[in-house]
Amino acid sequence: MKILVCISNVPDTTTKVKFIDNSRTLDTVGVQWVINPWDELALTRALELKDDPANGIQQVAVAHVGLVSAEPTIRKALAIGADEAFRVNSYAKDAFFVAAQLSEVIKTNPFDIILCGIESSDYNGSSVGGMLSEFLGINSVSAVSSIKIENGKSLIHREIDGGKEILTIPSPYVAIVQKGIAKEPRIAAMRGIMMARTKPIKVSEPVDIDSLTEVIHFELPKPRTACKFVDPENPKQLIELLQNEAKII
Amino acid sequence: MSVLVFTENWDGKFKKLSFELISYATKLAEMLNTKSIALSIGEVEKSELEKLGKYGAHKIISIINKNLDILDNQVYSQLIADIAQKEEVTVIVLANNNVGKALAPRLSVRLKAGLGAGVTKLPVNIDPFVVYKKVYSGNAFAEVRIKSEIKILTIAQNSFDLIETYNHAEIVNTEVFVADGQVKTQMLEVQKQTGKILLTDAEIVVSGGRGMKTPDNWGPLIEMASLLGAATACSRPVSDEGWRPHEEHTGQTGKIISPNLYFAIGISGATQHLAGVSSSKVIVAINTDKDAPIFEAANYGIVGDAIKVLPKLVDAIKELKGK
Ligand SMILES: Cc1cc2nc3c(=O)[nH]c(=O)nc-3n(C[C@H](O)[C@H](O)[C@H](O)COP(=O)(O)OP(=O)(O)OC[C@H]3O[C@@H](n4cnc5c(N)ncnc54)[C@H](O)[C@@H]3O)c2cc1C
Ligand SMILES: Nc1ncnc2c1ncn2[C@@H]1O[C@H](COP(=O)(O)O)[C@@H](O)[C@H]1O
Repeated sequence: MKILVCISNVPDTTTKVKFIDNSRTLDTVGVQWVINPWDELALTRALELKDDPANGIQQVAVAHVGLVSAEPTIRKALAIGADEAFRVNSYAKDAFFVAAQLSEVIKTNPFDIILCGIESSDYNGSSVGGMLSEFLGINSVSAVSSIKIENGKSLIHREIDGGKEILTIPSPYVAIVQKGIAKEPRIAAMRGIMMARTKPIKVSEPVDIDSLTEVIHFELPKPRTACKFVDPENPKQLIELLQNEAKII
Repeated sequence: MSVLVFTENWDGKFKKLSFELISYATKLAEMLNTKSIALSIGEVEKSELEKLGKYGAHKIISIINKNLDILDNQVYSQLIADIAQKEEVTVIVLANNNVGKALAPRLSVRLKAGLGAGVTKLPVNIDPFVVYKKVYSGNAFAEVRIKSEIKILTIAQNSFDLIETYNHAEIVNTEVFVADGQVKTQMLEVQKQTGKILLTDAEIVVSGGRGMKTPDNWGPLIEMASLLGAATACSRPVSDEGWRPHEEHTGQTGKIISPNLYFAIGISGATQHLAGVSSSKVIVAINTDKDAPIFEAANYGIVGDAIKVLPKLVDAIKELKGK
């Protein structure tokens, strides 16, 4: 079995975002780029599954749609332990475009399990995984918090309101993963970093497809009104404010 | 032309979020000079279905089919897309929750319809069609233009108020055929908690961080939540340490919520935490450190020791509730 993890390259979560070009473009000056946190956990889980020979996973690969500037992030995924990488050489126009490109990669390089994160921390689209499964015409499970393999079958936990479902679906499938999929992201060891240098990144050119959406304007959140402080000795005042001023309790 | 709403019921009862979606879709339909249609899957009583009309649905398509008991993303998206085509739908509205996030992207590809995910208000413009949404985990917002003829929107929970219009909706019971073999998702077990207020549904949330010091200090926090009819939540380190259950963790890597009122108690207010709670309407912070970043996000604050303040707050709430 082979697992593919789709990774998106995002600003580090502590980045104070700023925009340029009439608020149409992210100002990338000083931005640290990282593997989207969910994708890092997805990769970690894929490698954990591969570690146990009983699971019969021969290969874990990663795929990314983006320009050459994303290669350090891809190398990091290889250093963490992915065997090879695919990169579609194009700016990621929108989720529909990205999913279409990924589906082309997978059509020529089939995988049994395809993992996507629940959202990338830039556009917060929660879109690519589901779109990819539809492009491929295969099934998908979303809100996945655990994947195990037993006798070649996937046992999947799907989070639902107030609980979870344990289910199975035949491969190939796309799992869209979230909290719980792995505990801590795996960190690249020195050996992994050395080895990553020789692992292949297979670059392909994008197929011609239009995006369906475009960001026309970014804006920063309006600053909240200044915090109103209440005397710690008299918290009753807080309750009164919530009742009479904010009118919410 | 019409606006189709995918509703969700919980053991035959609609949740508030379905009414939010209908209210939204009805307003949007007005902007587009058309009507809203609600789609209900599963066994729901007529009186319950009629509630959808109260929020403006013009027509309610009700489908009952045992092969739809399990959410199979492929089967569901095919079904919704077929209905959308039959009804000549121009916009499909779903919730930006687990189910909506599972189906909306598939519908987008099936119908070649651009997806606006997690929109927080009505479109800012209709032609061109421009929606407004949170990006960069709440650190920014974006106006996104959807270029396709059909549009799919998922609406951020609790971002749109209910609007009662008392429409007398027509209920259309519709038969669909789903072959047994089509459902590939096989359910092995369902584990559900009952009787607990769900974090994503709660209008008030009382949340504790590492400043609560030990898991033994949670008593007054839980008491306060139950007095307010609130759900309890926590920061990530608290759930990592096992002080509180994992499903309570809010933030970028946990649940993203937008209650009317969020209490952050002993929580520093790291960006990753705020990413999950910053769209709460009112935030109250209790923290010993007057410079904690949480106070920049908070509307009301108490600089003080949570362990001492909480029992006093509990007393004040009891007094308010007349107990
Ligand atoms: C990729 C990534 C994702 C993350 N995702 C999340 C996430 O989803 N959710 C999340 O919460 N975190 C997340 N984090 C962690 C986040 O960065 C913070 O470390 C975390 O939110 C801190 O939790 P805290 O506020 O409870 O603890 P601390 O930062 O330790 O803060 C404790 C606060 O309590 C105050 N305090 C101390 N004693 C008292 C007292 N007696 N009474 C009142 N106040 C007191 C202190 O002044 C301090 O402000 C993530 C981090 C990374 C790198
Ligand atoms: N440019 C990209 N290349 C590869 N995978 C991506 C890309 N963008 C998003 N993804 C995948 O899709 C998931 C959801 O992203 P999004 O739909 O952008 O919120 C991410 O967690 C990744 O797994």
